[in-house]
Amino acid sequence: MRLIINGKEQVIDSGNMTIQEILKICDVKSPDLVSVQLNRKFIKREDYTTTVAGENDEIDFLYFMGGGGLIE
Amino acid sequence: MIKIKKIIADRLIEHSRMDIPVEACGYLAGRNGIITRQYKLANADKSAVHYSFDPEEQFEVIRRSRQEGLEIMACYHSHPVTPARPSREDIRLAYDTDILYVIISLADPVPDIKAFRIADDKALEEEITIIA
Repeated sequence: MRLIINGKEQVIDSGNMTIQEILKICDVKSPDLVSVQLNRKFIKREDYTTTVAGENDEIDFLYFMGGGGLIE
Repeated sequence: MIKIKKIIADRLIEHSRMDIPVEACGYLAGRNGIITRQYKLANADKSAVHYSFDPEEQFEVIRRSRQEGLEIMACYHSHPVTPARPSREDIRLAYDTDILYVIISLADPVPDIKAFRIADDKALEEEITIIA
């Protein structure tokens, strides 16, 4: 199956995969900490195990980004 | 060691000053170890002591950087009144270990810019060289 993951083409020796499975093969250790878009639509975290990506789908994921100079 | 174009370093300070009292934030991109591009992002928290990116804007900026043939190399944010070192909150929330974290401090009259690699609850400073 051919997928575009974070802008790069990847050929995976598998049929359709769930978002959760794709994050696993991308070595995302904490799926709860990433936002995911499938074909530019946000996927809710609770749907990672049921949403399936197929041939030529675009999957983008990125980490939550935050912090700050809280007075310590 | 990371290299940053002087014009980008100047823009980081300008952005940090413009957003006072709120923390300024954004991404830095480039190629071959040289940061040549700044992407300002809105601080979704609108806070003087905290920042976060809006994921929708994050995706837009990352796609724009790809179209421009650039690699996201760092995330930056300002510390309006505290030093240019990662706070406990910065370390706790540094989930992306592939990029640098740049902090611009306005605590002193002369702004300070520092870069860090953050992983495993540790922040290691990375030398910055400003280039023309």
